[in-house]
Amino acid sequence: MKPFTTLTAIAAPIDMANIDTDRIIPVRFLRKLRSAEAGYQGYLFHDVRFDNAGQEKPDFVLNKPAFRHAGIIVAGANFGCGSSREGAVYALLDYGIRAVIAPSFGDIHYANELQNGMLPVTLPEEICRGLRDQLQSNPGATLAIDLPTQTVTDTEGTAHPFTIDPVYKERLLKGLDDIGLVLEQLPGIESFENNYHAERPWLA
Amino acid sequence: MTKPRTLFDKIWDSHVILEKPGGDALLHIDRNFVHEGSFHAFGALAKEGRSVRKPRQTFAVADHYVPTVGRERGVDGAEDADARHMIRLLEENCRVNQVAHFGIDDARQGIVHVIGPELGITQPGLTITCGDSHTSTHGALGAYAFGTGASQLKQILATQCLWLKRPKTLQVVVNGALGSQVTGKDIVLAIIAKIGTAGATGHVIEFAGSAIRGLTVEGRLTVCNMAIEAGGRAGMIAPDDAVYQYLHGREYAPKDADWDRALAQWRTLPTDDGARFDRSVTLDATKLEPMLTWGTSPEEALPVSGHIPDPKTLGDPNQRAHAIQALAYMDLKPGMALTDIRIDRAFIGSCTNGRIEDLRAAAAVLKGRKSMIPAWVSPGSTALKAQAEAEGLDRIFLDAGVEWRASGCSSCAAMNGDTVPAGLRCASTSNRNFEGRQGKGARTHLMSPAMAAAAMITGHVTDVRKLLAGGV
Repeated sequence: MKPFTTLTAIAAPIDMANIDTDRIIPVRFLRKLRSAEAGYQGYLFHDVRFDNAGQEKPDFVLNKPAFRHAGIIVAGANFGCGSSREGAVYALLDYGIRAVIAPSFGDIHYANELQNGMLPVTLPEEICRGLRDQLQSNPGATLAIDLPTQTVTDTEGTAHPFTIDPVYKERLLKGLDDIGLVLEQLPGIESFENNYHAERPWLA
Repeated sequence: MTKPRTLFDKIWDSHVILEKPGGDALLHIDRNFVHEGSFHAFGALAKEGRSVRKPRQTFAVADHYVPTVGRERGVDGAEDADARHMIRLLEENCRVNQVAHFGIDDARQGIVHVIGPELGITQPGLTITCGDSHTSTHGALGAYAFGTGASQLKQILATQCLWLKRPKTLQVVVNGALGSQVTGKDIVLAIIAKIGTAGATGHVIEFAGSAIRGLTVEGRLTVCNMAIEAGGRAGMIAPDDAVYQYLHGREYAPKDADWDRALAQWRTLPTDDGARFDRSVTLDATKLEPMLTWGTSPEEALPVSGHIPDPKTLGDPNQRAHAIQALAYMDLKPGMALTDIRIDRAFIGSCTNGRIEDLRAAAAVLKGRKSMIPAWVSPGSTALKAQAEAEGLDRIFLDAGVEWRASGCSSCAAMNGDTVPAGLRCASTSNRNFEGRQGKGARTHLMSPAMAAAAMITGHVTDVRKLLAGGV
């Protein structure tokens, strides 16, 4: 997994709460294979980004010239609620988004971002709103995220501290792979399983 | 004396293999389910040169992409080449990894969250995972069951464990007797309307109280199914005799001496008196009515006697903004009576409301009546379809002009081609009313099977109680 340390990138504001994963990627694209040559970027926010003829809707934030190369999204509360589809993360990542800043996240989507080396940044509602206001007034402005110091620096140079679980932080900084971390523990796992199944032989 | 513990605490504690400083726990997973959509995880596993570590703990079923018509033709009945490929790819991944597979032709096929309990794979006290958010359903039998994305699914396939942070606990107590035609669906929609779609984020919900205990296992499965729609990491209900009776004799349930031993363990699971929850919410069951959603979030739900709210009156700015957008998408006006909403299509099925009790409830309303609108029923499993046919329910639906289809996720996930045309309104017994969920531009109103059946008869949202009393 690619480590995440710092990111300074154009940030796109989406002034909406409860952005569900069906909105991030409609279900009909989940069957698509994903490879280096054929990424998921074209599916991101597809039905609000493109019209029925497949033309870009000019009002959608990522279609505006200043935001086309965004690497960060600043959204409303409960970002990524709904379905567990990891395709939502693939679409964000393949588009070039490596961090989402929001007051809160759907639990499964939050885990999916972490699993793919994306950083979900949780900041209070009023700070997220302030960031979106700045970005609306200065289209194409950048935000700077620093994971080691746990800060987001806004367009005026103010640093906003955020909290993240230390375990998640370490994994992102080092790009650690969960499976590798598990397999280090194999003797302990096998001993647990033997004891557990001795009490519950019907589950073995 | 040991500290009183919740049902969740007991399951968590018995599954922790080790804990790291910082509270990261390595959790043993008892049962894992996969479906056609799990191809990303299998693909990544193969790419990394890994295999399924405990193939006997994973069960596969074709549900998301299977067609609900033309099933006598097996996989070839799927009109869409991509869907045929997905169904075959699951079969192939299971063959290579020696995972039990209930394919499109198998008598045990059905929606993953219906067949898990139905086959007795789901049991009290287990940790259960699946790459699907509605895995919360299985918690109705007293399990800790939750959905994951493809990366965590890959980890479970490779190791049979998962690194997790201990979630918080939320107790939702629903006390009192339910009125006529008020079901598990109405309870859970009322809970979501009360606490919001992020109301339980970071928490495992335990549903308790006399109204929950009074539900059948089927009704409990409906309630836990939609725990995720309140943001919950999982939903669960303490197991009791109703659950033990439900499980006894099912294919994967413990047998003979193992049954007795399992039962003794299961009886220790319910939350101890005095156990502490991080939060608690109560709901008065006696005040509940049949519910439906009017907007594009499951929290935008009201009793059937209600009216479309005026966004201006909503205090929370996020809710206000969402309601404005929802009313535009749904083409509804503030102040309108919910019963004035025209309905163009109806769908009965899904992991939320595709069980025998749901089919019976809809059939009871439709018996001797006709549907005014195109409507279809997709039973939650192939076995349930056979059971319903043995009870003559298929005849009631067909006589009412309702299509009787094969089992799958159908118009809930809308991945198999069972979509609702743009602009049309569907009375749906499923779980999500997001924009585009049932098809691009489709408008979804979530409700119970009896309420969906009532809407079929009148072509608009209808209070099923009044319909049955002859008042509509």
